[in-house]
Amino acid sequence: MHDGDAIALGLALESGIPFAAVHEIIRQQRRDLTLIGPISDMAFDQLIAAGTVAKVVAAWVGNVAGGSGYGFRRAYEQGVPRRIVMEDHSNFTVGLALKAAAMGLPYLPTFTGIGGDIVRGHPRIRPVDDPFGGPSLLAVAAVKPDVAIIHVQRADVQGNAHLWGNLGLTVEAVYAARRTIVSCEEIVPEEVIRSDPNRTVIPGFLTTTVVEEPGGALPSSVQGYWRRDFEPFLRYHQVSRTLDGFQAWLREWVLDLPDRQAYLRQMGPAAAEKLRVHDRRLAAAANFAP
Amino acid sequence: MIATYTRRELMVVAAAREIRDGEVVFVGMRLPLLGFGLAKATHAPNAVGLFENGVIRDRPAEAFIYTMGDPPNIAGAVACLGLNDVMSLLQQGRVDVGFIGGAEIDPLGNLNTTRTSASGSLVRLPGSGGGGDIASLAGRTVLIMEHEPRRFREHVDYITSPGHFPGRRRGGPATLITTLGVFDLSGGGVRAVTLHPGVTPEQVRQATGFPLAIDETISATAPPSTDELAYIRKADPEGFWTGDTMKAG
Repeated sequence: MHDGDAIALGLALESGIPFAAVHEIIRQQRRDLTLIGPISDMAFDQLIAAGTVAKVVAAWVGNVAGGSGYGFRRAYEQGVPRRIVMEDHSNFTVGLALKAAAMGLPYLPTFTGIGGDIVRGHPRIRPVDDPFGGPSLLAVAAVKPDVAIIHVQRADVQGNAHLWGNLGLTVEAVYAARRTIVSCEEIVPEEVIRSDPNRTVIPGFLTTTVVEEPGGALPSSVQGYWRRDFEPFLRYHQVSRTLDGFQAWLREWVLDLPDRQAYLRQMGPAAAEKLRVHDRRLAAAANFAP
Repeated sequence: MIATYTRRELMVVAAAREIRDGEVVFVGMRLPLLGFGLAKATHAPNAVGLFENGVIRDRPAEAFIYTMGDPPNIAGAVACLGLNDVMSLLQQGRVDVGFIGGAEIDPLGNLNTTRTSASGSLVRLPGSGGGGDIASLAGRTVLIMEHEPRRFREHVDYITSPGHFPGRRRGGPATLITTLGVFDLSGGGVRAVTLHPGVTPEQVRQATGFPLAIDETISATAPPSTDELAYIRKADPEGFWTGDTMKAG
């Protein structure tokens, strides 16, 4: 990760948000980042409020259960702690911008957004004629992240990654990005990955780094591993109303902790245990015999 | 029998009633998450729900959910795909009805969820999310709003989710459900269809920053049935989405 990088994260939408990586970016005091994603729940808000961000390319920045993102609002409205450039999108235009980059294309056409203000004078969206004579469309230019950060259930040491549940824009972002960091609940033997190749959403040659980081997406959920921890979203929403409140939160939950294991210890073993999924509902086996 | 229910429970019921059996529904955040489940459990057992995170369900979520990505909305799904997959179905015209919320609305059903200076100083709102896409591409849209004068404006500062405009390819706002009533937007203006029990036409006029049509003999929104309330309270046991107090006799 470098200062000035364009980083895609929060790609599955509300689940699997790589909060451990988000907090490490803040601890490393990265600067002038561009954030790319559809909605981010409170991850983008935290990165913005901590002063790491110069620009946001997104459809929605806030706190899904709470509403407003106060860090985002302070930066946008008052330039605190610094000014940010906001490139507004809808979810689909973020998806098309990443998909175009993933396909190696300069843009993809769409009908979404016509008649609204998002696309008016947009730096990355322009009207385009249909060369086959149909109604005119909008062209959404490709967005190529420097780094995509995702959190998945399991991967092997080569970075071949299994992910199940909602995918959001995970696949598009990884295919588009120059580098990919895979954070996972478990590193598993490669036979596990090869036993079910349809579940491999990221082939390892696209993965730059794979990190075993159990609980690395908390307080967001990871299907089969962690339920959503609602309370931290609500608490963050309340305390981040003021800059002082945000900074106190930041010290307690990010700056004064060395890593994710310390975050889990600070949550308390009982709280973590309550969120851990112990039930088993296994998918039926698929026969891959040749 | 005296039924006691909250205003938000009534809004969920009104949202559910907008879903017809067999329809493909683009389910939004918050109240529509419950409205879709309620419709499935009552009058629209064959409806199919698309969620922008890529989930396709033909059964309500198995337990309470804060967001569409919560584990009970994934378990038992028909399919878990990507955002572009479900947005592609929307763009293709395969979605009958979609739900959107807004911070501000104008008489054409344009919604603003991006930024406003209505209070005198600039306020940044979270943005479109999937709202702009649903507004552009669904067969019809149902809008859900708090009914306050500062939110009902002759012109919104920013059109995040387009309403009716000349040259629209398909769809547009059909129904608006607010904390005060249910309104028809399909004609390019706002016409009251029902007002929630206890709400007067004058109250609605005062809460609306532009002229709207209300028949003085307008009927009341049908209150939730016992079955509807039972479903909502099972799906939202602590009243997280549907709490507040509105008692009606």
